[in-house]
Amino acid sequence: MTILGKDLLGLAGLSREQVTAILDVAEPLRAISERAIKKVPTLRGMTVVNLFFEPSTRTRISFEFAEKRMSADTVNVATAASSVSKGETLVDTARNLEAMRIDMVVIRHPHSGAARFLAERIESNVINAGDGTHEHPTQGLLDLLTLREKLGGLEGKRICIVGDVLHSRVARSNIWGLKAMGAQVAVCGPRSLLPGAIRELGVEVFDRIETAIEWADALNILRLQLERMQLGYIPSLREYNRVFGVTRARLERAPRDLVILHPGPMNRGVEIDSDVADGPHSVILEQVTNGVAVRMAVLYLLAGNAPALADAAKGATV
Amino acid sequence: MTAPLLITGGRLVDPSQGLDAVGDLLLVDGKVAAIGGQIAGPEGATRLDATGLVVAPGLIDVHVHLREPGREEVETVASGAQAAVAGGFTGVCAMPNTKPVTDNQATVGFVKRQGEAAGFARVYPYGAITVGQMGETLAEFGEMVAAGAVAVSDDGKPVENSHIMRTALEYAQTFGIPVVEHCEVMALAHGGAMHEGTVSARLGLKGIPGEAEEIDVIRCILLAKLTTGHIHLCHLSTKGSVDLVRWGKEQGVHVTAEVCSHHISLTHEAVEGYNTNAKMNPPLRTAEDVAALQQGLKDGTIDLLVTDHAPHHYDEKEREFADAPNGIVGLETALGVNITWLVERGVLTIPQMVDRMSCLPAKVFHLPGGTLAKGSVADVTLFDPSRRWTVDPTRFKSKGRNTPYGGQTLTGQAISTIVGGRVVYQLAP
Repeated sequence: MTILGKDLLGLAGLSREQVTAILDVAEPLRAISERAIKKVPTLRGMTVVNLFFEPSTRTRISFEFAEKRMSADTVNVATAASSVSKGETLVDTARNLEAMRIDMVVIRHPHSGAARFLAERIESNVINAGDGTHEHPTQGLLDLLTLREKLGGLEGKRICIVGDVLHSRVARSNIWGLKAMGAQVAVCGPRSLLPGAIRELGVEVFDRIETAIEWADALNILRLQLERMQLGYIPSLREYNRVFGVTRARLERAPRDLVILHPGPMNRGVEIDSDVADGPHSVILEQVTNGVAVRMAVLYLLAGNAPALADAAKGATV
Repeated sequence: MTAPLLITGGRLVDPSQGLDAVGDLLLVDGKVAAIGGQIAGPEGATRLDATGLVVAPGLIDVHVHLREPGREEVETVASGAQAAVAGGFTGVCAMPNTKPVTDNQATVGFVKRQGEAAGFARVYPYGAITVGQMGETLAEFGEMVAAGAVAVSDDGKPVENSHIMRTALEYAQTFGIPVVEHCEVMALAHGGAMHEGTVSARLGLKGIPGEAEEIDVIRCILLAKLTTGHIHLCHLSTKGSVDLVRWGKEQGVHVTAEVCSHHISLTHEAVEGYNTNAKMNPPLRTAEDVAALQQGLKDGTIDLLVTDHAPHHYDEKEREFADAPNGIVGLETALGVNITWLVERGVLTIPQMVDRMSCLPAKVFHLPGGTLAKGSVADVTLFDPSRRWTVDPTRFKSKGRNTPYGGQTLTGQAISTIVGGRVVYQLAP
């Protein structure tokens, strides 16, 4: 049995050992992207389909780089170009792809549960690249990898997720992943954007960003979808920035230096001010770099490779 | 004219006359001719041995969706009525959210005739409250009642305009029919796919808070109080709703209420894994709600047990959770679910369950049956209260297979169903 099983659908239910194994594999794989020839033959001959039912730039590109640097053959299917717009069901689309003999599907879908739905119906490995407001496990993993490095471990560390937790798959994956690793997790945002049952997920709730900043070692600042205002969850983006925006002035009052994460894309001047995003404690671009490594690690492990062989994979070149 | 039918040696359970004793039952010319003790059947009577079985007035489900006209590939009046008798039901009330909507005498008459032609359970059509179930203009209650409608409802959605609901409650009194409300505040429920709580927070599905139902429950109770009309509340799903109905009854308001078999047996945990066969509206709620609904049923706050039988095509449920339609089939599992979760666990006795599945539905909706008193219609259900069986959806008479109980073992099953003195269903040995 491999360390992950057939699919990576979410971080809920993953053990500390499993998460640690992924992060430990990802760390050395990062070096591949630093070389002149950014390619290893590990997944040579494997076919991966990136099945995106929602627009995405960075996640899709990150997966594509990860796949290509591992020498997999990749095909990108985006909604506009697929037969889904002709009324074909998700399961028919996937079965058709599978009939062309593929090995893995990376799926991004607007509905919660879509990745699991697919995984239960096809033989190929399925990687969830974000399903509705459920999970985005590779984003959670890259956040963990970044935090583990910056904070020198995760056990007992305090991470506060700031913003629209209600609609955030990134938030859920972070909560499960961080808790599995022994970190303390809090959320902060307007109550209208926090699930009513959030405390039952085992997290602390801060109503004021000032209190959160005082408490935390790191902030993971979520993107505020602009349509939340039109749907009546908050009165205005302006007020959101004034009450919940992470600003330099607020950070300067913190008792310690905070690590600042953001899954992107950012709304500068709304949930995060530019001088914070571009400031010395921002690790936002390192998250992006780690994203490729984490996705390489997940592809590597789901392909059935043992964690211990990761270093060997790193050494080999085409 | 069928031969007289003598049912012998069964446990006669008829709460309408306080009867629970072993004895015989004689049906002649579609009516109950004699009940109790040993009956010497007339010459040529067919005999049916009911030893070890409960002999009850025919079960009646006042909340089913038979999909005809409009979605005959999913269910027809005939297939639904056949599923009904296979589940022990001798009468069902068909909701009007058909295509086109059953909002006029012609369609009401059509549904009724389809039921008669099928010859299984009696099919009592609902008429819509408003034209097209659009919530704007009252449908013609008088003509629909003349054509066979027994109640009015916009089930599937609420009548949001309180003036229209008030008028419906007033106008329906002319015809002596209940106004039946699907309680939901759409603005609160909008986009919701399951109960709002821990499970929805975990699964990332938009939730429907219990208050979306409760606000409409209290609105309808207050409007019934204002108008002295009869409001019947569909498929209650929360503890709060039970408390509000209890208050309404204490105030003397003419309010009756029903609960579905799935809401007294399952919780929102059943959605785990994005199981679309656990998706319905109102959604499955918490264990605390289930306990309150059971208690409400026991103490009489909730009058009736129903199924909200809602067949869907396989393809419609075989998809992403948010896109799957609401509803499950229930006619062929309800008796087993009710015995397993209510009788076996001591919530209701067998007579109390029969009361809520037969006598009270007939009384609340002014339907024939619901009693085995001499002279009443010969609608009878024979069931084995201790027979254990495993739910196999592929064997359903309903065209719908969408059940969360597939593969589960239930206790209690219909053995014979008799409508108008004629055996219309017999469980294969």
